Amino acid sequence: MADEIPQTDVMERLTQSGSQGVLRFLTCGSVDDGKSTLIGRLLYDSKLLFEDQINVLERDSRKHGTAGDEIDFALLLDGLEAEREQGITIDVAYRFFATEKRKFVVADTPGHEQYTRNMATGASTADVAVMMIDARKGVLIQTLRHTYIARMMGIRHIVLAINKMDLVEHSRGRFHEIVADYLRSADALGFESITPIPMSARYGDNVTKRSESMVWYVGPTLIEHLEELDIDSDIQNEAFRMPVQWVNRPNLNFRGYSGTIVSGSVKPGDAVVVAGSGQAAKIDRIVTADGDVDEAVAGDAVTLVLTREIDISRGDVIAAADARPEVTGQFAAEILWMSEDSLLPGRSYLLKIGTATTPATVSALKHRVDVNTYEKKPSRQLEMNGIGYCNMSTARPIAFDPYHRIRDMGAFILIDRFTNQTVGAGMIEFGLRRASNIHHHAMDVTKSDRARIKGQKPAILWFTGLSGAGKSTVANLVESKLSQAGHHTYSLDGDNIRHGLNRDLGFTDGDRVENVRRIGEVGKLFVDSGLIVTCSFISPFRAERQMVRELVDDGEFIEVFIDAPLEVCIERDPKGLYKKAQAGEIKNFTGFDSPYEVPESPELHIETANLSAEEAADKVIAELKRMGRLG
Amino acid sequence: MTIDSSEQIGAYAARFDAGRSSRARPLSAHLRRLEAESIHIMREVAAEFSNPVMLYSIGKDSAVMLHLALKAFYPSRLPFPLQHVDSTFKFREMIAFRDAMTTALGLELRVEINEDGRVRGINPFDHGSQLHTQVMKTEALRNAMTRHGYDAAFGGARRDEEKSRAKERIFSFRDNNHGWDPKNQRPELWRNYNTKIKQGESIRVFPLSNWTELDIWQYILEEDIPIVPLYFAAERPVVERDGQLIMVDDDRLPLKPGETPTVKQVRFRTLGCYPLTGAVESGASNLGEIVLEMLTARTSERSGRLIDHDEAGSMEKKKREGYF
Repeated sequence: MADEIPQTDVMERLTQSGSQGVLRFLTCGSVDDGKSTLIGRLLYDSKLLFEDQINVLERDSRKHGTAGDEIDFALLLDGLEAEREQGITIDVAYRFFATEKRKFVVADTPGHEQYTRNMATGASTADVAVMMIDARKGVLIQTLRHTYIARMMGIRHIVLAINKMDLVEHSRGRFHEIVADYLRSADALGFESITPIPMSARYGDNVTKRSESMVWYVGPTLIEHLEELDIDSDIQNEAFRMPVQWVNRPNLNFRGYSGTIVSGSVKPGDAVVVAGSGQAAKIDRIVTADGDVDEAVAGDAVTLVLTREIDISRGDVIAAADARPEVTGQFAAEILWMSEDSLLPGRSYLLKIGTATTPATVSALKHRVDVNTYEKKPSRQLEMNGIGYCNMSTARPIAFDPYHRIRDMGAFILIDRFTNQTVGAGMIEFGLRRASNIHHHAMDVTKSDRARIKGQKPAILWFTGLSGAGKSTVANLVESKLSQAGHHTYSLDGDNIRHGLNRDLGFTDGDRVENVRRIGEVGKLFVDSGLIVTCSFISPFRAERQMVRELVDDGEFIEVFIDAPLEVCIERDPKGLYKKAQAGEIKNFTGFDSPYEVPESPELHIETANLSAEEAADKVIAELKRMGRLG
Repeated sequence: MTIDSSEQIGAYAARFDAGRSSRARPLSAHLRRLEAESIHIMREVAAEFSNPVMLYSIGKDSAVMLHLALKAFYPSRLPFPLQHVDSTFKFREMIAFRDAMTTALGLELRVEINEDGRVRGINPFDHGSQLHTQVMKTEALRNAMTRHGYDAAFGGARRDEEKSRAKERIFSFRDNNHGWDPKNQRPELWRNYNTKIKQGESIRVFPLSNWTELDIWQYILEEDIPIVPLYFAAERPVVERDGQLIMVDDDRLPLKPGETPTVKQVRFRTLGCYPLTGAVESGASNLGEIVLEMLTARTSERSGRLIDHDEAGSMEKKKREGYF
């Protein structure tokens, strides 16, 4: 660098601005309450808009604006074309501004109910929620919903921004009426602070400058409040936790574990354990590219080197030895559902918590929360934007702490296993004791012992396909042929399951999922007893077939796709069901008004349109032999 | 490339061999938080994807992104290559800087040029900035993504740059045509990123999402990161065109009637294709002066980017088609 003169001055100046650190807040509330206008106003008044941005804004205001000849600040934020056309905000926008005291990150989140998930997204990283209320309309359902989500996501501070005061003649009475109304619902949620401020975002009243029209209000302006609000958390005083992201192994002489510390602090010499295995070691070094450090705290991204080699990989949590997280596969959590396909108890999703990902199911939906009244209501499934309390069950145990104590140790997302969409957000409340009390008893006689006596390899032959495709007919023939060849078999189908074990279940999506889950568990027991079990069920959803596959060992689940075109099935209609469906007598009939998800890579794909049942069964047997399952 | 610049790059590379800080004072608190967030994002990608890449565009944001990556995986080497999309109209100093940096740091650099476009002679003068960008940048990038089968690509975009960027996720899903569907973005909560994709799909990852332009400069200053000398004021030949100062970087720039290059003291706030990037008159010849200038600037950095002015919503449109 050429001249060294002004650098220190510049540094001073930079460090001064934002001396209070960063505050992240989100604006939420109902449509048209003026969220985008408020943020536009903050950017404008804090002189953060550049001339060319103001020029574009003025041009756009004339073209799309709803503020007459004045600048429409909302256009500044509504960045996507669809939003500008519809005049609504459909996605979270992040904005940045700074005053002399603080730097701010604002998440502008949508008001419409169908975008509630975006509000939760904004809330998940925010310290404060600014809840917008239109003074003319008062507290709306959406206000209560957003307040609940803010609390659920762990936001501790609320600013109640009662906006458009100019349209209610700056009435002090109206202001207090709305505040009282809001507190009736929100008080019980236990926020650390709720600060009501009367304002007119369009004119900047009580946003950055004190309102001359509301001299009765003596509290801070919005910006004063946000500058001074104490948001220090005690996360650094919690127990030490670091989920391992990446094993850092440049050569044979170095083995470090890279990750972000999510709570507490750590020093060389500290005793730690791997939460899952309980293996212990001490911290040898804390490595960064700027050299080793003496201490690292929550929020730091570091690489830890331990005093001895233990087995650690991505997904493990390194934790303080004297204050360990809970490790279990059963826990209670609050879930926000974000997908158009409802949450179905029993269906398998991928759960990602910290750096660990594992299949998981909701084992029980205890109740959903009515966000209008905050009441608990019974429910069998959770719709989009629904919030529910669930018992969760994971395929592998996970290490966690309650969400309200250590956010990153209790927050998880649920991912649909076929669309890969993020469909749910969950917050763990506590582990379930019953899981830790039911230990697997090690039996003396094992699956392989039982199978050996029968001289066979146990398996589930899973016949899936449309009604009328020929599943039961083919499965029946296959079982006969296996039996004649001396194999020990059993067969599960609609008749012996639906009339007994599952007679409490109907044909909704939720019941179909539970139906297959129970069949899978029964099938697993039969496999454990050494049998070859044939199962013929429509089983329309990939997720459930995958779930059954994962219940048994590799190679033991053999998916047989009995494939016939819908027209052929309708023509065959062996049970007269298609006729009933056409007449509207049966609802949710697969292939008709309920979807069938075709197997993506079945072990066997049998097209039955031009085969006799005998030929199809022979083909299955031949394939099983080729796969070595009958040897 | 000046001798000063080469020396600085050499010294910079040596820092990562030795693993010692060059700072006299600790990093500012808010930059430390941003740095940790970016490092966290990069490690997630390295751990969860099988064929990631870093898109390196040579500018200041790329310089910061590369610096963060070197820190994230230290003492290991970068677990992914750098990919540059060369429109063939980059400033010559950019290309020289790119080669010096990647050589000194021992990085794997891949360069993609749309040969079809080059043969057809696509250029911003005869075909306009839109077509030039579409063919030489967007298509070239898509070609590179397909050719190498990348499943994740880091980009240096920031949310404070442009309105449609402000709404993009940090992990931004792309379908198997590399397209972006702004209405169907995955919810992104906490720092819990969904990395699941199917064969042929990919994720664009923006580790600098929450940085502002000022943060970038402050970080470059505090961390002493080498940047292309074009960011510093110097006497350069320019012509004034449509209110912008365009540098005459080589003899391919056709002069319009009445245009004569004049030498002015200028620098660049943003770097791209030289015919499409406006210079500003400035005397800021070191980082401190640049930051001071930033603090009093009245126009945004993208005002020097001609492609953003083409039409309303132009950035969103480009992104849907696969542009960064």
